[in-house]
Amino acid sequence: MTPRAQAVAARPSQELELPPLGQPSDPAWLSVSRRRAAAWVRANGFPSSKQEDWRYTSIDPVLAVPLVDGTGTTGRRPSLAVLDLLDLLGPRLGAVRLVMVNGHLAPELSQRAALPGGARILRLEDALADNPRQLASLWSWRSGGYPHALRALSDALATDGVLIDLPAGAVVEEPIEVVLLSAPGGAERWSHPRVVVAAGAASRATVIENYLGAPGRPSVTNALTQVMMDDEAQVDHYVMQADSTDGFHFSSLEVRPGRASHFSSRLLAVGARIGRHEVQVALQGEDAEIELSGLFLTGAGQVHDNPVLVDHAAPGCRSRQLYKGVAGGDGRGVFNGHIVVRAGANGTDAQQINKNLLVSDRAEVDTRPRLEIFADDVACAHGAAVGQLDPGAVFYLRSRGISYQQARALLVSGFAREVIDGFADGPIRQYAELLASAQLDRVVLTRQDGAAPAPAGGRASSASAATEGAAR
Amino acid sequence: MLVIEGLHASIGDTEILSGLSLEVAAGEVHAVMGPNGSGKSTLAHVLAGRDPYRVTAGRVLYDGADLLAMTPEERAAAGVFLAFQHPIEIPGVANMYFLRTALNALRRARGLDEIGPVEFLKLADEKCRLVEMDRSLMDRSVNDGFSGGEKKRNEILQMLVLEPRLAILDETDSGLDIDALRVVAKGVTSLRSPGTAVVLITHHQRLLDHVVPDRVHVLAGGRIVRSGGPELAAELEAHGYADLEAMPAAGLSALIGPRR
Amino acid sequence: MSTTRSDLAELAGREYAYGFVSDIATDLAPKGLNEEVIRLISAKKDEPDWLVDWRLRAYRHWRTLSEPTWQNVAYGPIDYDEIIYYAAPKAKVAPGSLEEVDPELRAMFDKLGISLAEQERLSGVAVDAVVDSVSVATTFQARLAEAGVIFSSFSDAVRNHPDLVRAHLGSVVPYKDNFFAALNSAVFTDGSFCYVPAGVHCPMELSTYFRINSAGTGQFERTLIIAEAGAEVSYLEGCTAPMRDDNQLHAAVVELVAMDDARIKYSTVQNWYPGDADGRGGIYNFVTKRGRCAGARSKISWTQVETGSAITWKYPGVVLQGDDSVGEFYSVALSAAHQQADTGTKMIHIGKNTTSTIVSKAISAGHGQNTYRGLVKMLRSAEGARNHTRCDSLLIGPECGAHTFPYVEVKHSSAQVEHEATTSKVSDDQLFYARQRGIGEEEATSMIVNGFCREVFRKLPMEFAVEAQRLLSVSLEGAVG
Repeated sequence: MTPRAQAVAARPSQELELPPLGQPSDPAWLSVSRRRAAAWVRANGFPSSKQEDWRYTSIDPVLAVPLVDGTGTTGRRPSLAVLDLLDLLGPRLGAVRLVMVNGHLAPELSQRAALPGGARILRLEDALADNPRQLASLWSWRSGGYPHALRALSDALATDGVLIDLPAGAVVEEPIEVVLLSAPGGAERWSHPRVVVAAGAASRATVIENYLGAPGRPSVTNALTQVMMDDEAQVDHYVMQADSTDGFHFSSLEVRPGRASHFSSRLLAVGARIGRHEVQVALQGEDAEIELSGLFLTGAGQVHDNPVLVDHAAPGCRSRQLYKGVAGGDGRGVFNGHIVVRAGANGTDAQQINKNLLVSDRAEVDTRPRLEIFADDVACAHGAAVGQLDPGAVFYLRSRGISYQQARALLVSGFAREVIDGFADGPIRQYAELLASAQLDRVVLTRQDGAAPAPAGGRASSASAATEGAAR
Repeated sequence: MLVIEGLHASIGDTEILSGLSLEVAAGEVHAVMGPNGSGKSTLAHVLAGRDPYRVTAGRVLYDGADLLAMTPEERAAAGVFLAFQHPIEIPGVANMYFLRTALNALRRARGLDEIGPVEFLKLADEKCRLVEMDRSLMDRSVNDGFSGGEKKRNEILQMLVLEPRLAILDETDSGLDIDALRVVAKGVTSLRSPGTAVVLITHHQRLLDHVVPDRVHVLAGGRIVRSGGPELAAELEAHGYADLEAMPAAGLSALIGPRR
Repeated sequence: MSTTRSDLAELAGREYAYGFVSDIATDLAPKGLNEEVIRLISAKKDEPDWLVDWRLRAYRHWRTLSEPTWQNVAYGPIDYDEIIYYAAPKAKVAPGSLEEVDPELRAMFDKLGISLAEQERLSGVAVDAVVDSVSVATTFQARLAEAGVIFSSFSDAVRNHPDLVRAHLGSVVPYKDNFFAALNSAVFTDGSFCYVPAGVHCPMELSTYFRINSAGTGQFERTLIIAEAGAEVSYLEGCTAPMRDDNQLHAAVVELVAMDDARIKYSTVQNWYPGDADGRGGIYNFVTKRGRCAGARSKISWTQVETGSAITWKYPGVVLQGDDSVGEFYSVALSAAHQQADTGTKMIHIGKNTTSTIVSKAISAGHGQNTYRGLVKMLRSAEGARNHTRCDSLLIGPECGAHTFPYVEVKHSSAQVEHEATTSKVSDDQLFYARQRGIGEEEATSMIVNGFCREVFRKLPMEFAVEAQRLLSVSLEGAVG
């Protein structure tokens, strides 16, 4: 048993102990950036529920995991053998698969293939040592300040990850899968993996982030994905979040779409004790189109928080958000959507929809669909609904001989389908369906009083806003 | 009454009307026909004073006055009425109230007394019957949730109430069933008088079976390429627009348009 | 489209018709806030000890608080020691009837279009007129008393019905609620009090007319309305203030209590001075309004039309405690010129099968910034609770902003919440359609804006609905230019 390292202090503290910032081989600009980020964390501390964006997610249990690994190792050597780790990995979702274990790329588990059009995949460690200008500019995206300590920690501490470099015109049809595995065993630990996608003009690719975790000591995944797109590029992005329910998952997706580019990101969240899936899209090129969707299935003991910011700073862009949540047990689902339309972003067409189902009396859903609009030539709309399964629909299915639980499960999966149907045909959709149905069983069946309630006197209420058909 | 001379109009950098000339005398009904994209709706909007269209050359005289110098409401006060192809919805503003406000604005502009609510109600009821429009639509918001046919009937109703001297009907007949088409024809016929003129902008012969125009013009490439009597409409129906001069070679089939 | 813009700009000069100052002899407390000033206010009103103690407790709590910063409005620091907390028109003796009210005061209300005498004779609406810190006249008291309804100034209520006041004061908005509620609790001077006994339907509309007249003062009024079981009352308030280059603070508290089957309808037409076209001056309207549906099947309905004030910061809410109780919030908020509004509601569902409806129509014009902020909270106990929220924003011109910040928190699986919102502008197509029919741009804009607000105006009592429509048109005249 290693001596337990000191828990992380929530308050701003100059004494906050951090692991070594980066590698000795870091270029000078990177060392400066890391020190600045670390200073930001020390000066501002960790977010508290008094902050609007953290109102519904308490970070306190996360801070019990020490930032500095008490073992003195960096977690680079997982205690399990390669073969065991392979067992933990799910089905392959693309031709290329890169596997990161506890924040470090594991070449022995990865499968590479030659990519068309000069597209390259680099290990971030190597790319950093080579000092490409690209990364310098990415590292300085946030130079003005950070939204919260976790994001700053990534800049201070991220050393490894994947750089996907798509030259102009490169078209990669097969999805590129990055598996981010929290391996069990060893000490509690943080990891700060980073995925960078640099998409040149008119390039095209699909990138899948597949987060997996095995039960064990709590670990914190603090991942950052940056997508930088030139004109007319197209990137389709997926996050499959199936981290261990003993662990904590924080992912941040930062996107800068170029003029007339297309970006989509689809999330399926089933894992982690606390899962926070942040998306920030800065629309600074004209006529870009983005589509964000998410399905979070939140079971007993889980919190899923989805802060989504779409910032329309350029004219003529179109954005769509569709987030759906199902909360069971004492789970808590949160949607925290935010659309900003800046002065001059005329012709903006922005939509945001969030629909949620509560399937247990102890579950909670909080939703804050926000619009902030400083231009008048816009069409913006948002809608949010929280409700239960339509008792009339449950009754209808039961009257056809379907069991109470089965009826509920059917209706809930019908509710979830709208998001999953947006996943591309093929292995990724099949995998999503698999993950979702396994988690739905857990979410729906954890209802304490799993038995059917007495018939409600035939009151076939159709008021359920959240079930399909009635919802808008 | 209406004299259009060498009219050029563009939207953005695209020229849509390229030297259009047309004369309509009081007491006449003219049909302007032409393929999609020939500039028919642009002509209607320019005559009514719609914003994004820019007139780059030519002039339009209405009773000898410069129509293009007038604001949309001044044109309306002078008796110019446009029946819109796609009437806009105005939520929360009752149809009845809207129409009475419009009528009284016109009456004020013409030095007449305003019409009171009770008297107006009678007038609206009478015209409603004429266009066979459900009376309840008067109490709903302007065009809000109206079907396509209801919107068109509402346009004709407004036309009959406002009694224009120059009515321009922009594809009012498109997408209508036979009953609604009959109502539109009835409305136009009842407006026909020695002092008024009507311009029917249409894609099809159908309406012209009910309202026989005095003149038929073919609009293509932003100008009138042919004019004739009512027989021209029948000819177009039989042969399409394909034989016409100044037709771009590409997309002939699109020019002929769908037939029902 | 620009042809009539200049005409509209010309109209800007007459945008605020209530900006005059009346020359009324006024009794002022010294500037600044301390325990002495509070004791002075209390002494002037001859208050019982429990009330002085309550004020002092509120004041001491207020000292520990800092001004909130989370709201989406920007203004310079307020110096609480530069404010006069008590200003009262000097009266030789307390007026026993309207004839005894100072003629200058009566002239002021006539000029505001609220003739106290005429109200009494013609309109059948009972009016409590509050100038600066005190109530100067309450009409119809006798006829209300016949029905058993108590309608008086707050000060009179403290004197004549101390038990009723003591039982309910702070029961809905405790002095610890927020910074401005604590300040109000410490220094409130007057306001209206209304008590409707069990089973009584108040025979007429009640209204309070608030007027700030003196310079450098703040207005801190407090209103308390209690409807006993089965009682019904409809209450209106209207507000205006003179045009001044300094900002004046108005921090009111309104508390409503509805017992079983009681109904309270509370309507506000707020037209405090909004500041000039460059954003100088205007009222800071920082108000806490809350109703408690204490009884089963009770109903509290807020309707507000907010066209005035430099800054509006208020969230009239309902705590839905009784089973099957109903809360409603209908709002029109206009931010023109440099006005800022951060307003909305809080619906806290506690009882079973409670329902709430929120309809918010926000209009931003000029450099105006308008924020809807609303909380819908369904507690664990709120079985079968329902909420429907609709928030629409209308933008007029490229320099303004419209923001929507809803908070929805649901802890019961049988609760249903639906929130919808749209943001749009007065479309060129709509304007053109109306203009093609001969309606001028200004009238067309006003017609479209009024249409946008119609759902809310329908909820206002008739005479207020007409007033609200007119106000909105007048306020927009300056804005569209």
